[in-house]
Amino acid sequence: MTYQLNFGDLLPYWDVLAWGLLFTVILTAVSTAAGLLVGTGGAWARSFGPKWAGYAVGAYVELIRNTPFIVQLFFVFFGLPALGLKMTEAQAAFLAMVINLGAYSTEIIRAGIEAVPKGHIEAGASLALSRWEIFRHIVLKQAFMKVYPALSSQIVIVMLGSAVVSQISAEDLTYAANFIQSRNFRAFEVYFVAAGLYLLLAIGLRAVLRGVGRIIFPKA
Amino acid sequence: MSDFTFSVILSNLLWATRWTILLSLIAFVSGGLVGLAILFARVSKNRALRLLTSFYIEFFQGTPLLMQLFLFFFGVALFGVEVSPWAAAWLALTFWTSAFLSEIWRGCVEAIPRGQWEASGSLALNYIEQMRYVILPQALRIAIAPTVGFSVQIIKGTALASIIGFVELTKAGTMLNNATFRPFLVYSLVALIYFCLCFPLSWYSKRLEGRLNVAR
Repeated sequence: MTYQLNFGDLLPYWDVLAWGLLFTVILTAVSTAAGLLVGTGGAWARSFGPKWAGYAVGAYVELIRNTPFIVQLFFVFFGLPALGLKMTEAQAAFLAMVINLGAYSTEIIRAGIEAVPKGHIEAGASLALSRWEIFRHIVLKQAFMKVYPALSSQIVIVMLGSAVVSQISAEDLTYAANFIQSRNFRAFEVYFVAAGLYLLLAIGLRAVLRGVGRIIFPKA
Repeated sequence: MSDFTFSVILSNLLWATRWTILLSLIAFVSGGLVGLAILFARVSKNRALRLLTSFYIEFFQGTPLLMQLFLFFFGVALFGVEVSPWAAAWLALTFWTSAFLSEIWRGCVEAIPRGQWEASGSLALNYIEQMRYVILPQALRIAIAPTVGFSVQIIKGTALASIIGFVELTKAGTMLNNATFRPFLVYSLVALIYFCLCFPLSWYSKRLEGRLNVAR
């Protein structure tokens, strides 16, 4: 028995794929921005915040880093509504992505903060900068510069991980592939094309992040 | 519904955890073996081999594991071979693991000073002998911590096998949720079990890393 590959059957569905791709791009962009914000706050709490906040953030980071993303997603989408917190598929996907990236980026940014020499902070204090100014201009800038490559690869990993949100019917690229597959039964062709799109997305995202890095940290 | 007491839910989840553990172990061993082969090709002097393996790694690191699972689940079936969720999960996780482990190990091999290659080459060892007797034993020391760290990713990766119908911890959680309508409890327990599997490994990996830094 031989199987004839037929990619032509995908053509009528090109717009479905395009919308899915767009959703994945937007989901990644928005949750990256929010996730880095959470990560920065978490890293601050672990390095400079009160002790109890440091412990709380530490527990959050370890809990997220040691459980699968799909379980976090199911917990947010199925578990939280049981407590009265209802949300749409897209909102749940977004929230789970932010929680996930927030934990990883907390750990990455914290490593960057710890690499900032103590003398720099003391120098800032001796120039009468406030604690916030020291954190913002001296610590955070250097920390981000040091860990930018690690953050970039984590963002790509999160983008690839976002394929899982199709399982709660958030309409991303994988969801689009599943939908087309259920219509024309060309499973292999659809998933092959979708995998190729993800690969292009990953390569493109890496290039964009490198470009952004060159703009923000011109000397590095 | 009253049949599903807390202890019934927990024991069902724990019973399904063995498949998560078994699949993780199998994927780790077979992925490690394939990864070793990829590593040999990746750091060899043959340009075609290096290029080929870099494409292999780029593909498996640049596409979602979920897509790879779908491709193996539906792709192999095209050749008229019936693929069980077991086989598809095993294949996808093996290739995915091998791509990451070979890249981690390449970093460790490249951390070995060039002089070691030259010295062993001047002793008339061939490539395989150089790797086997000189490079790998030294690279192994620095490779253990990141390898243990990656095993956590494998355990978490097996959760995706639930999507193609492989009944492991996550799938058991979904089935129990459908039967009991207690998602908060069920998914909390699922997360807790994963945490108990992964946290010791994360902790151990971090400790190994710390010890290595002291030794240097």
